Amino acid sequence: MSLSLVLIAIALALLSSALSLGAGREVRIVRLVATPLIGLSGLLACTAGLGILATGNSLETVLPLGLPWLPWHVRLDALSGFFLILLGLVTAAVGLYGSSYIRDLEHGRDSIAALGVFTGLFLAGMELVLIAADAFVFMVAWELMSLASYFLVAFHHEHAANRRAAFLYLLIAHLGGLAILLSFGVLAAFGAGFGFESMRAAPLSSTWASVVFILAFIGFGAKAGLVPLHAWLPQAHPVAPSHISALLSAVMLKVAVYGFIRVVLDLMGEVQWQWGVAMLVVGGASALVGVLFALVQTDLKRLLAYSSVENLGVIFIALGLAVLFLSTGHPLHGALALGAGLYHALNHALFKGLLFLGAGAILHSAHERDLEQMGGLLRRMPWTGSLFLVGSLSISALPPFNGFVSEWLIFQSALQSWQIDSGVLRSLIPIAAAVLALTGALVAATFVKVYGVAFLGQARSRHVRRAREVTPAMQISQGILAALCILLGVLPTAMIELIDQVSAQVLHLGLLQTSAGGWLWLTPISPDAASYSAPLTLVLLVSLMAGIVWWLRHRIPRRIRRCDPWDCGFAPPSPRMQYSATGFAQPVRRVFAFFFDSEEARLDPLEPAPRYRLRLDEPSWRLFYRPLAQATYTAARWIVRLQSGNLRIYLGWTLGTLLILLWIVS
Amino acid sequence: MSLLSWYVACIQALLILGLAPLLIGWVRRVRAFLQNRRGAPVFQPYLDLYKLMLKETRVGHTASPLFRAAPYAIFVSTWLAAATVPLIALDLPTAWIADIIALVGLLALGRFFLALAGMDVGTAFGGMGASREMLVSALAEPAMLMAIFTLAMTAHSTNLVSVMESHLADGFILRPSYLFAFFALILVALAECGRIPIDNPTTHLELTMIHEAMLLEYTGHHLALMELAAWIKLLLYGVLLANVFLPWGVGQGLDPLTLGRGLGILILKLAILGVALAVGETVLAKMRLFRVPLFLNLAFLLALLGLLSHVILEVGS
Repeated sequence: MSLSLVLIAIALALLSSALSLGAGREVRIVRLVATPLIGLSGLLACTAGLGILATGNSLETVLPLGLPWLPWHVRLDALSGFFLILLGLVTAAVGLYGSSYIRDLEHGRDSIAALGVFTGLFLAGMELVLIAADAFVFMVAWELMSLASYFLVAFHHEHAANRRAAFLYLLIAHLGGLAILLSFGVLAAFGAGFGFESMRAAPLSSTWASVVFILAFIGFGAKAGLVPLHAWLPQAHPVAPSHISALLSAVMLKVAVYGFIRVVLDLMGEVQWQWGVAMLVVGGASALVGVLFALVQTDLKRLLAYSSVENLGVIFIALGLAVLFLSTGHPLHGALALGAGLYHALNHALFKGLLFLGAGAILHSAHERDLEQMGGLLRRMPWTGSLFLVGSLSISALPPFNGFVSEWLIFQSALQSWQIDSGVLRSLIPIAAAVLALTGALVAATFVKVYGVAFLGQARSRHVRRAREVTPAMQISQGILAALCILLGVLPTAMIELIDQVSAQVLHLGLLQTSAGGWLWLTPISPDAASYSAPLTLVLLVSLMAGIVWWLRHRIPRRIRRCDPWDCGFAPPSPRMQYSATGFAQPVRRVFAFFFDSEEARLDPLEPAPRYRLRLDEPSWRLFYRPLAQATYTAARWIVRLQSGNLRIYLGWTLGTLLILLWIVS
Repeated sequence: MSLLSWYVACIQALLILGLAPLLIGWVRRVRAFLQNRRGAPVFQPYLDLYKLMLKETRVGHTASPLFRAAPYAIFVSTWLAAATVPLIALDLPTAWIADIIALVGLLALGRFFLALAGMDVGTAFGGMGASREMLVSALAEPAMLMAIFTLAMTAHSTNLVSVMESHLADGFILRPSYLFAFFALILVALAECGRIPIDNPTTHLELTMIHEAMLLEYTGHHLALMELAAWIKLLLYGVLLANVFLPWGVGQGLDPLTLGRGLGILILKLAILGVALAVGETVLAKMRLFRVPLFLNLAFLLALLGLLSHVILEVGS
């Protein structure tokens, strides 16, 4: 039943794509039929995921597609189900939102039909990846997802910068795809079959297992935007239309996480501690680099994209902890860390989806992405502003919102490092926790900046001053995601029970007694070791606040008078006197100058209108990409010598190759 | 968790409100004495609060609704955070609601709203204060969590009550990790409470303000709530230092005599800490903003050393 729901969901996504293709001049079809179908497809996928997690078993079938001797196997199990829920929730909101959002684009130069076609294909690809049960269908779906999203990134292709971003995305996606293909190749060779079932049984030596891990880590890590393969992400995600940015950041990155968990924890099973160390290092670096670059951005959507790098880093820190605990013989704590990582993946999908939709709402009504031009939007757009605040509080890991729960769980599992025998690992894990703590505090600074500059204060430009609230459909879709953020923050135990099914399927054991104390208490290790009651925290916060408001209103004559701001008695504040986004980030930029390649130029301050210019580059270009490109170029210059243009020499090469092959075979 | 312990928890929560102004009054008094001034009486902060409550409240024309909601959010989150720390009795049900990581989270929630409130009216000083506050907290929070993790890993628990109980059960052992964590937490407390050498709570020089800059636009009962929240935060850090590292004296029962003795010992500990703070503030000068990272890096390194010396020296043996 659940599996057929997913297949129907995929069919709906394909139908949406076909309808858009046939829309021709009637572009309204995309808005009125195709985009809602996307949302419906998401809703079905979510229902199917919930269904499979509720029953706890797994379903599989063979599709009459593919090659004659290699039909497509699909399988729906708890791990797929969890990620289908994640995909479905965000997609449902995006479908509702997109219908209103693309109305503006209908009059633009870009083809709405193309947007509809590739959105449908993109969604179908992601859903198919999640239920793939052999390497063949997995790779087909994976490439469908990558290629369709390339066209979505290149949607506004009239700008050269967007085309360049899309090309970079395509390049790194394909390098990653190649690595994934090779890792499946090794597994298939040892397991004698492309099916995941036979790969699970593959007898791998520890060296070959490490080869599979490294390839999978590079492949899925490139898609997830881990440092140093992250450079495409902050360029590609922001240039797509905002609801697509939400899908890319909130869902597609999680599909990469799914693939990684599927290959490393499910197909391979036996893990090694060195992998965990690699994941902690790369995850920690991604988290720190991501948040520092998010903090200094002034383009709202690019800032959110960098923040995705950070959150994926946090997820991989949690997965790295899981691998470390599993490899050192503490499977229960490994399950806890895996659960924390999955919880954070879901949380990130919800709040990043919400924030991208909020950024889209600002773009839609004020036509502005630059923070330096915004200001005072909370009074112009009260609903979007309030919901964006929920997203900001959630992503900053503040109680009682959802980001805090997953961060808390990661800290709790990191604190179990005393159980590990090796002293090196025991001290490495707390350092990872320290990076996580630093990251969390910097995220809060980032979102204080975003919210303070964009929504508070006064408008810094005329078009922002005239911004209007967006349509009800766009508000509702943001509201759904915001409500889910609060729900997952306040009632974590319900979600943990669902995640329990995943760890039961992947690791064959449940989480520790995380919800042993009833729905009120979250107690991952034991009630004595740590407890957090999100419902009571919320109730106390709200009731105390209401109580104080009520008490003050009755006891003290409340006279509130509006007046000019004081500002230490200087001239009455003008919008230009407000702190800018660049100014807000300056102290952090200076303290962490090591991480930035920056170039600051001040022109003569005595000029009547002195200007300030700041250019920030990523050191990864200098340290990683340019040397890599240079090496590729040099290698190509060597290889080009083979191409002499002389037929006899070519025949000679062919003969030589044949001889070598014969020698190897014999 | 008996009903009686919930009553005691409520009493402790109210006691926080009562003690916080007293502590700040005491610190100010001692500081005045050290600086050869006469100073205001110890009870002056209560009178200040009363005065602010009665005064007219003004709100800037450009302020959004968040400006008026923020003082309540800041006050309540700080108060709730403080209410999870065992003050005079160990058997505290509120400690189970939020463990020490959640306590740091609640403080961060208050700070988030404080910084937003600073930016809300759109004045230059408010944004400056918010930017600096977030820098200081971004550097202080990891140090604080590391110091806390040292305690938590020793006790195998992040629950403050369990930490203190295990500490009491072990008796007085001078652990190197605790010593490092203690000094790290002192540095963090100075930064987080906006005391000299990080921030000067009595400053009137605009360009050096951090905490005051964010409160600049607040008046009347809004300002009273924000001031009280800041004082509660000072009390909270004082109690963390006094009760978690030296838990002797905190009542392990719930009878009035134990509680009374607990209160007496707590006031004594806080009075000593207050004198130390006043002496420190008299002999030190405020730092330049860009010296602050060095100060907080020191705190972080101390905390990290504490943690490493715990996992390397103390776990294996």
